[in-house]
Amino acid sequence: MLIVKNLHVRVGDKPILRGIDLEVHAGEVHAIMGPNGSGKSTLAQVIAGRDTYEVTQGEVYYEGVPLLEMEPEERAREGVFMAFQYPVAIPGLSNTRFLHAALNAIRKHRGLPELDAIDFLALIREKAAFLQMDAGLLERPVNEGFSGGEKKRNEIFQMAVLQPRLAILDETDSGLDIDALKIVANGVNSLRRPGRAFIVVTHYQRLLSYIVPDRVHVLYEGSIVRSGGKELALELEASGYGGLQRGAARDAAPALP
Amino acid sequence: MASQEATIREFAEQEYRWGFDSRIDSETIPPGLDEGVVRLISAKKGEPDWLCQWRLRALRHWQRMREPTWANLRYPPIDYQQIVYYSAPKSPAGGPQSLDELDPAVRQMFDKLGIPLAEQERLAGVAVDAVVDSASVATSFQKQLAKLGIIFCSFSEAVRRHSELVRRYLGSVVPYTDNYFAALNSAVFSDGSFCYIPPGVHCPMELSTYFRINARNTGQFERTLIIAEPGSYVSYLEGCTAPMRDEHQLHAAVVELVAHEEAQIRYATVQNWYPGDREGRGGVYNFVTKRGICRGARSRISWTQVEVGSAITWKYPSVILRGDGSVGEFYSVALTGRRQQADTGTKMIHIGRNTRSTIVSKGISAGRGQNSYRGLVKVQRAAEGARNYSQCDSLLLGDQCGAHTFPYIEVANPTAQVEHEASTSRIGEDQIFYCRQRGLAAEDAVNLIVNGFCKEVFRELPMEFAVEAQKLLAVNLEGSVG
Repeated sequence: MLIVKNLHVRVGDKPILRGIDLEVHAGEVHAIMGPNGSGKSTLAQVIAGRDTYEVTQGEVYYEGVPLLEMEPEERAREGVFMAFQYPVAIPGLSNTRFLHAALNAIRKHRGLPELDAIDFLALIREKAAFLQMDAGLLERPVNEGFSGGEKKRNEIFQMAVLQPRLAILDETDSGLDIDALKIVANGVNSLRRPGRAFIVVTHYQRLLSYIVPDRVHVLYEGSIVRSGGKELALELEASGYGGLQRGAARDAAPALP
Repeated sequence: MASQEATIREFAEQEYRWGFDSRIDSETIPPGLDEGVVRLISAKKGEPDWLCQWRLRALRHWQRMREPTWANLRYPPIDYQQIVYYSAPKSPAGGPQSLDELDPAVRQMFDKLGIPLAEQERLAGVAVDAVVDSASVATSFQKQLAKLGIIFCSFSEAVRRHSELVRRYLGSVVPYTDNYFAALNSAVFSDGSFCYIPPGVHCPMELSTYFRINARNTGQFERTLIIAEPGSYVSYLEGCTAPMRDEHQLHAAVVELVAHEEAQIRYATVQNWYPGDREGRGGVYNFVTKRGICRGARSRISWTQVEVGSAITWKYPSVILRGDGSVGEFYSVALTGRRQQADTGTKMIHIGRNTRSTIVSKGISAGRGQNSYRGLVKVQRAAEGARNYSQCDSLLLGDQCGAHTFPYIEVANPTAQVEHEASTSRIGEDQIFYCRQRGLAAEDAVNLIVNGFCKEVFRELPMEFAVEAQKLLAVNLEGSVG
């Protein structure tokens, strides 16, 4: 579903990603872990289409199509979804109206008839109930005055409505208490399908106890330094990123005389 | 990948779609202003002597005044002697008696503007007075309204047929001494709309005036007077456009509203005069005085304006709250793109006891636009228990525009409650990216964000006009995001 080949990305003069290789198949959940500043969020944002990053080298294919040549909205319409680490507020624009416009833009792209207000309302009520979202949030302006937890839950709610093929969760666990974390994780797990893949970006192992990944990748200074199964997350939890840094530095450093 | 900055930049640089020129056979006098011109205008309209004398007093007063310079606006000096003060489409003596007699070119022009004048083609429930340059060319639904005792006609006709009403109220809210542009208007005003709602009558349809400047080098100076007798209700709408011309056109209008006891007047404007091109060539200079008085107890006046056009907008629709328990409201969306400048706001003058006012101002700046809110809340000594709530929000698109706020608050009664809230925000790339990541095109994203920002004002507009206003904003913002 997603193939990332030798991806190099920088912001201004500063290299952030230095040759990422990653392959995600339909039905899989991949976790990207790593310390702050390792480039996790950059990877998520580049896949979603943020243009503040400059891709200097490498390629990304989504369903066999070069992803980097697509506008962000085209990627979204083709099924790429990112749950934002910091969802922005849009004052005055109701969550419902926003999501209705988004869903219909996606449906139109796929040649499906637009959903009218009544069908749409029925759909979002069902999804909101499932995520135990307060129905009042639906009519509130997008993310305005939402608590940190409400914002994150709202992202997963949007995902449930838009039904993407590839969902990237960018530190969705940050700022969530344990109850909210469970609800969010349940929501994600219920959306797992053979035809859908997830990339879960997180700093902590905690989320991965609830969303169990098929593969775990550790990002350090812009490179994937280790990949493994779900046990790798537990190992990191025990040893921390500190040991990893020493290991990575040792691997990367030239032999000293 | 298209840059979002470029999108924002293009947003305010859309073509003006109402800029066509119509070849209408007109009667136009030479440019310049003196007593002779004022007498000529008055004579052309066959006015009574009292009105001619009133105009002349206004002219003399204006000649002693200086153009105000306090507004946050920059424009070259206006040469008032280069302006044509009267131009009107030619018509049979006494004006067209029915739509059939109307110059087909005029009719075509309104069709092209999407304002068909024939009643059967009109939006149900909206009566229209159509004003081109200096003259009213058609008013629809007059007969039906007359059955209820409602008078809705051109100002000229009101002077001829309802002279006593006009004489009693003309200048009673905005005297000719009020300000420079009001004095100028009082001397040379040519036409406009007049509306009278008898006691206890709820006007069953929206009344509206559509203003069109067409002739070259011509100023438009219309005058609107609305009188709502005790217990009556009227909702009034005003729209305007002008052709694209390289030179600036002057528009100096006066609107007076009078609400008697328990009467309610809602006045909505969608102002879409030609804004000039992106280099600042051409465009309408819009200097307008609008004021209403809540004369009677528990009367209510609300102004709603959507200002998207004009090179310069200088406009402060105000309410004098004289009746006890009267209510004044001002809801405004002002968009300045290209090189447009707006200095607009309101004055709420609390005189009566327990008077209330609400101000909601939404300024949107794009391109190289400069947008200023200027508002006065004045609570006089007798205004026991007066309350005001003001909210002024500014939204910036791009980094070459400006937003400014000048609130003035004067309170002479200690029981008054005055609240003022203000915010300035920028449409962020973050917001646009968020929307695009959900599948929305950048332009749709900007429209949704801007409409969200304006929501509190749009919901004050009658339904069809709220839709129109949203479309108009969309058109004016098109291309700002790519």
